This record gives sequence, C-alpha cells and structure tokens, in this order.
Amino acid sequence: MSGRFAELHLDQVQRAFGDTVALKGMDLTIKGGEFVALLGPSGCGKSTALNCLAGLLPLTGGRITLDGKRIDDLPPEKRGFGMVFQNYALFPHMSVRRNIGFGLSMRRTGKAELNRRVDEAVRLVQLEEHQHKFPAQLSGGQQQRVAIARAIVLEPPLVLMDEPLSNLDAALRLEMRTEIRRLHQSLGLTTVYVTHDQEEALALADRLVVLRLGEVQQVGSPEEVYAHPVNRYVAGFMGYRNMIPVTVGSQEGEHATVHTEAGVKLVGVKREELGSEAVAAVRPEDFAVVTEIGANTIEAVVEIVEYHGREQAVEARLRDGTQLHVRTNSRLAPGDTITLKVPAERVLVFA
Amino acid sequence: MRLTARPIVWLTWGALAFFMLNLVGIVGAVVTNSFAETWFGTWLPDGYTGKWYGEAWRDYRLLDVLGVTFQVAIAVVVISVLIGVPTAYALARRNFPGKKLLNVLFLLPILMPPMTYGIPLATVLYKFHLAGSMFGVIAANLVPAVPFVVLTMTPFIEQIDTKIESAARMCGANTFAIFTRVLAPLLVPGILAASILVLVRTVGMFELTFLTAGPTSQTLVVSLYEAMSSAGIRPQQMVDSMAVIYTGSMLLLLVIALRFVNPTQLVTRLKEP
Amino acid sequence: MTAVLERASLKHRLAEKGVDRVLWLLLPGAVFVILLFVYPFLYGLQLSFQPKGGGSPFQNYITFFQDDYLAETVWITLWLGLPAALFNVLASIPIAFRMRGRFRGKRALTTLLVIPITLGTVLTAEGLLAFFGPTGWFNRILMALGADEPAKLTHNYWGVLFSLIITGFPFAFLLTLSYLSGIDPTLEQAAATLGASKRQRFRTITMPLLAPGLAVTFCLSFVLAFSVFPSAVMVGNPAGETHVMSIAAYETALRDNDFAMGSAIAMLMALVMLIVIGVVLIWRTTLYRGATGGKG
Repeated sequence: MSGRFAELHLDQVQRAFGDTVALKGMDLTIKGGEFVALLGPSGCGKSTALNCLAGLLPLTGGRITLDGKRIDDLPPEKRGFGMVFQNYALFPHMSVRRNIGFGLSMRRTGKAELNRRVDEAVRLVQLEEHQHKFPAQLSGGQQQRVAIARAIVLEPPLVLMDEPLSNLDAALRLEMRTEIRRLHQSLGLTTVYVTHDQEEALALADRLVVLRLGEVQQVGSPEEVYAHPVNRYVAGFMGYRNMIPVTVGSQEGEHATVHTEAGVKLVGVKREELGSEAVAAVRPEDFAVVTEIGANTIEAVVEIVEYHGREQAVEARLRDGTQLHVRTNSRLAPGDTITLKVPAERVLVFA
Repeated sequence: MRLTARPIVWLTWGALAFFMLNLVGIVGAVVTNSFAETWFGTWLPDGYTGKWYGEAWRDYRLLDVLGVTFQVAIAVVVISVLIGVPTAYALARRNFPGKKLLNVLFLLPILMPPMTYGIPLATVLYKFHLAGSMFGVIAANLVPAVPFVVLTMTPFIEQIDTKIESAARMCGANTFAIFTRVLAPLLVPGILAASILVLVRTVGMFELTFLTAGPTSQTLVVSLYEAMSSAGIRPQQMVDSMAVIYTGSMLLLLVIALRFVNPTQLVTRLKEP
Repeated sequence: MTAVLERASLKHRLAEKGVDRVLWLLLPGAVFVILLFVYPFLYGLQLSFQPKGGGSPFQNYITFFQDDYLAETVWITLWLGLPAALFNVLASIPIAFRMRGRFRGKRALTTLLVIPITLGTVLTAEGLLAFFGPTGWFNRILMALGADEPAKLTHNYWGVLFSLIITGFPFAFLLTLSYLSGIDPTLEQAAATLGASKRQRFRTITMPLLAPGLAVTFCLSFVLAFSVFPSAVMVGNPAGETHVMSIAAYETALRDNDFAMGSAIAMLMALVMLIVIGVVLIWRTTLYRGATGGKG
C-alpha cells in the first residue's frame, strides 16, 4: 500500500453516531503530494472525517477510493497511512527509537534497514540526543517530534494529522508549524491536517476545506478562502469580525447598496443571492479613520482601546448600538467620535 | 469494531456461557431446595413450600442476627471513614520521611490472609477479655476496613486540585472551614463509594468475625456457617433458605453499590472521550 | 529577634520536608494500625516462639515441619491457591477484553459477572454440594449423556477449587477490567495505523501495558484463594485432601487451645504468602510501570 498515489477520492462519506450525523455526505478529492487542511470549530466533523480516512471509524455511508480502488472496508493496519494523534499516543513502554521503528518492525523490515531508516527519521526531527529516552522523559515538543517521526518513517502515501499542535504553547506551536511545513516540502508526503486554528490552516495548507456541522462550506486555496469566503460563516472564520446587520437597497452586478439600522449607506461586494435583510462583513484592519464624511463612511464612538505596538485595537459602537472592531495606527482615546471609511471592495455582503 | 467471528471470540463467550450455566445451576439448586418439601435423588422436589423461611427466621433468630450484622457493619463503616479519610488526606497531600513505611503498613492488612493476623488478634482480644463481644467483632473487622478506605481515598484526594484549597484560603477560610465547606462536598462521592464497598466487605467477612464472635455477636455469615456445620439437627432446607436470605441482602447491597461506583474505574480513572 | 527568626526558619525547614500540622491527621490511623495490626502480629510472632510444652523457642516450627500432616498443608494450600488465582486471572483477560468500550447491556453484563460476590461461601458450598453432588443436576445430565458413573466433584479438591473460582473470579475480572480500561485506546489505534494487526497490537501494546496490573491482580487473587477456609471445610475434605493451612491454624489455636502453635502456623502462612507475592512483584519490577493513559 506504500508509495505515491494520484488521487484519493471521498464520495458522499457519511458518519452518524446514533441519531446525530457528524459528517453529512462529504465529497473531496485529494491529489498526490497535496497538503489539505480540514478547518472548523469543535464538533464540525473534521476529526470524524480524519478518523474515517484512517479507518478508525467505520463509515455509515459513502465510499473512499484510492486511485479507483475502494479502501473504506480495509482496517487501519491494511491502509498503510501514517497518523499523528492529538495526544501523540506514544507507546509509553517503548523508547523513542522503538516508537519510531514500531511500524517498520510490524512490516518485518530487516534489522539493518530498520536501523538505517530510524536513524534517518531521528535526524530529520532532530532527536539524536533523546533517541534512547522514554516518552515520559520528553517535553511536549519533543513528544510531538517523535509522533511525527513515527508517522512519516514509513513514507506512507497519506499522513493524517489530528490537531497536532493544540497541546503546545504558543512559541513552540509556531516553531513546529514551520517544521511540519519544511517536512512536507522536503518529503512531499500527501497530508491531511485537521485544525480549528485558521491561521495554522492558512500557513500550512495548499488547500483548505472549511467544515460546519458536518457539511463542507468551501474548498479552495488559502488565498481564495481568505479573500473570497462564500458565506458569512466562512467569512467569520477568516477574520471578518464585524458583521453589521443591514437592509438591502439596490443591487447592481456584483455590487449591492445596503443601509445600516441607523440609515448609513454602504456599498459592498455581493457574495450571495440577497433578500431584504443581509449582513455586511468587514475585517477590523480594513477600516481607516478619516477626517471627513464621504462615500462608505460610518460614524462611531470609541469605547475601549488596546495598545498593540504599532497598531491599536479599538472597540467602537455605532449610533444604532452595533459594536465594531477596528485596527488602526491612529491614536484614539475612549469617548472620541470617529469617522471610519472602508473601500467598497472590502465590504462583503452575505444573505 | 468489525463483527468477524474469530474462534477466540466464540471460545470466550462459550466458556463464559458454560460458567454462567453452572452458576445458575448452583444457585438454582439452593433456591429450589429452600422451597422444597422434600428433595432426594430426583430431578425436582416432590412438593413446594415456603415454610422453611419462617422456621429458619424463628429457629436461627435471624432478626437478632440481622440486627447484629447491621450494627457491626454500620459501626465499621463510620469508624473506618472517620479514621481513614484524614489519613488518606495526609498521605495524598504530603511527602514526609517515613511515608513509604506507613504506606506498607496500610497495605499489609489487605494483603495478608485474615487468618494470619486474625488468630494473633483473637489471642490478644481474649487476653484482654474483649473477644466474644460486639466490640471485639467491630475491632477485628476494622483491621482490613481502615486500610481499604485509606487505599481507595488516597488517589481520590490526589485528583482534587490543591489550588482549590489555596483559593479557599485566599478567600479567608481556615483549615476547619476548608475541610467542612470545600473538601467535604468534593469528597462525598469518594466516601460514599468507599463506605459501600466496606459495608459489602464487612457483611461478607467470615474469618475475622468467626474468630472473634461470641454467641450474641455473630453476624449473618457466621451463623450461616454454624448452621451448616451443625446440619443434621435441622433440615437442610432451613440452611438453604437462610443462605438465600443472606444472598438476597448482599445482592441488594451490591446493586446499591453499583449505582454509586463504576466498577471499571476502581484502579484508574481515564476520561471517556 | 534572632530567636524568633530561628524558630520561624525551623518551621519552614520542616514544612519543606513535608512535616507540618497536616500530619496530625495521620495520628488516628497510625495508632489504629499499630494497636490492632502491628501489635497483635508481633505478639503472635513472639508467642509462636514460646511453645506450650516448653523447650526450644523454635519447637513449634520444628514440630510443624516434622509432622507430615501439618507440613503437607503448605503444599495443599499452594496447590489450591496457585491454580485458582492463575485461572481467575487468565480467564479474566479475554472476557475483560470483550467488555471494553461502550456497548448496549454492558452494565447489565458487568453486574451479572459480579453477582457471584454476593453468593458468599455458604450458599456456594450448598450449591456446589447440591449441583455437582452424585445425584445433582450436573451428574444427572452427564448420566443422561451416557456417562457410566457420576463424576466425583464434591468433598474433594475439585469442590474447593470450583468454590475458589466462583468467589474469586469476579474480583479478578473487575480488577483486570479496571486496569484494561486505564490503557489509552488511542495507543492501539496508533499501532493500527502503523500496520499492527489485532494480534500484534495485543502482543506489543496491550499486554506489556497490562502486565503490571495483571501481576497485582494475581497477587490479590492469590491472597484470596490462599486464605481459603470455610469452603475447604464444607465442600472439601478438611481432614485430608483439603487440609489447608487456615484449617490447621484455626483448629490448633481455637479448638485445641494451643495459641502458640496456632500463631506459629499463622506466621508460616504469612511467610509463604509473602514469598509468592514477593516473587511476583520482583518479576513485576522488570516490566514497564509508568502511566498507561498516554498524555493526559
């Protein structure tokens, strides 16, 4: 089962637990060598999808094929995929070397070959000094490296990672993120990566799959998903923190004119078919503090100011009571009345 | 989770079914006999009656015996919790010189067959004229009960975050208030579990009670044993009906116990996903 | 000033070693265990060196080993206790294995398996006598199936062994299940994704992590079986085949009123048991004994 593949295909994959459907007919095609991130909050079905791919959860519907060959009826040990678990799942009674070599010994690899490949993997994750220790003697980051080495030493056709960085502290998380990207670039192993952190997903993946309540919302490159979210849910996940409730005025091509509850007129990009009610989504950093009222400007009162170095994070309130998040270089103080301007192409209007 | 029927699976269930079948036979034989008019050398008794229960109840003075059993069991539970929980707290929270020795001392009474310390203990109790009394029976039963409470409560207390106590202290609670207002409510489930297990063990404890009890301080197990060894005087059916009464009360205790204690988490607690 | 400082620092130094007022909580427990366990045990020990008939302090022990009827009890007890404990532990493994995870009726099945605890020795004994007796249901079925004569299963070694299995199995099963539930299931999943088959997962992951727990389970089962007393009297042959150490100790001490000799037998019983447990626990030190729950 080892080696490269051209296409892994999920066809209407479904998984139910009793009456609750955790994954509702997921379709996805993964090409060989790709790094795919499954993104969503807890309970969105991303881990379920991963466990179905690994073979740890049987499907309740649909099929998974690898280059046309059906694999969803194979047990995990016959699929030959590598997996990095969220809690690492290192074998506590084996040394680092034996953990890494476990998969090879299951394949009855010769001693010399096994040692050579374990050496190589140990070097790859920079654990030379710790290779004879036991998992309990390692730090979180080191355990993480062992888990990764154990999954990739077999050079599996597919590596599955289940929120591998969520147990690490912030600094280590950034370091390991780069490490995972580096490993993917040098080894080219097809990877499916589950996370709830959009920054992590954007940084690592070639392609994002955004999930919500067991349904795929959007599939696309990081740039696509970041710049052109298809609905308000994906937009919220991609940093559009301001969701201003509006009523729809005129619609013209891909633009729409909308009005806030206080009657302020905004022009934005129409992303969905609109009814009369809609939301205008704006990123905090897309607002600019200006001195005069004009097109696409809106007035607000500053309530809270946080100092973030070069920028300030400001919470302001519109006259109709809607709260806004703004990031700006201007120095503001609570109580100031400000005018905010946002370019029309940075306002996304969702149903 | 595949439903492939492998031989080992069938073997396991088969052996288990055989065991259960024999068990049902064993219990069934006793229950049947306790209701039998006469039963000798046939598949089933000649006739059925409930009279043996009444006769056993009267002849063996079961009301008194149950009273004694109840008093002994409750006394052992209360005293073992009062002694055991503070000890468990100190063992869970402090590392001090000699802790290992103390741990071994609290482990030994559980590891030793009751006979090995029961006979010397009975000797000592006879020396001080305490054997044959209720006091002696309670004292003897406490020997394994207190260590049992210590052993089950120590890990339970260890898993309570010490920061909770610190937080209470920062709110101005003194040691007494911490114990009564903060720890006690948190410990209740553990104490309940330990108490019920001690209760079951004490009601079922034969050797220690047998060695130290006198005619008026016998618990149900011991009078049952006495009744069986002196069989021949009274019909076998009476002994059997008494055994059924014993098993019935134990079953009741166990069902209550299983309401409060998850039997699979006696040793380790792992969060189920 | 300096005196106050010295005093404070001593208190802190002691607290540093874990000695502070909390340790007073140990007092009742420590007094209790010394008064009711250590003292009687030591009293019994010294009593065993004061033979009733006088003579050498070791006379009781010499008598024990010179009297075949007494010396034999060691082997009789071991020959009952070891197989019973071994069987209970080994039988628990596959059953506990099937009982992992969540499935419908798990609680009911667990309760069913634990019920024999409630039977007590007497009902078990009565039941064994009636069920396995020469005219019991078991032998009737055997005869109906074509056996020539009823199997002799009571008032001998087998009766006692069955009784030990019936009363001991639930404990062994509960402990094994508890240890097994403590092993993080993702470890086996990890092994599966690395290509380990069911058998390999059992051999390389589950067994090594379970073994230390099994050692403890074996020890506790052995203690339970080794103390056998009432059932050896009721379903065994207490004067012969199942003349176990408990019976010898009890009869000597409380029937013949030779407390010194009775104590000596009790001490030997403790010694034999400690040797067996010691051997098992020494073997256990060669195993991995850390956490089995992975991380967290």
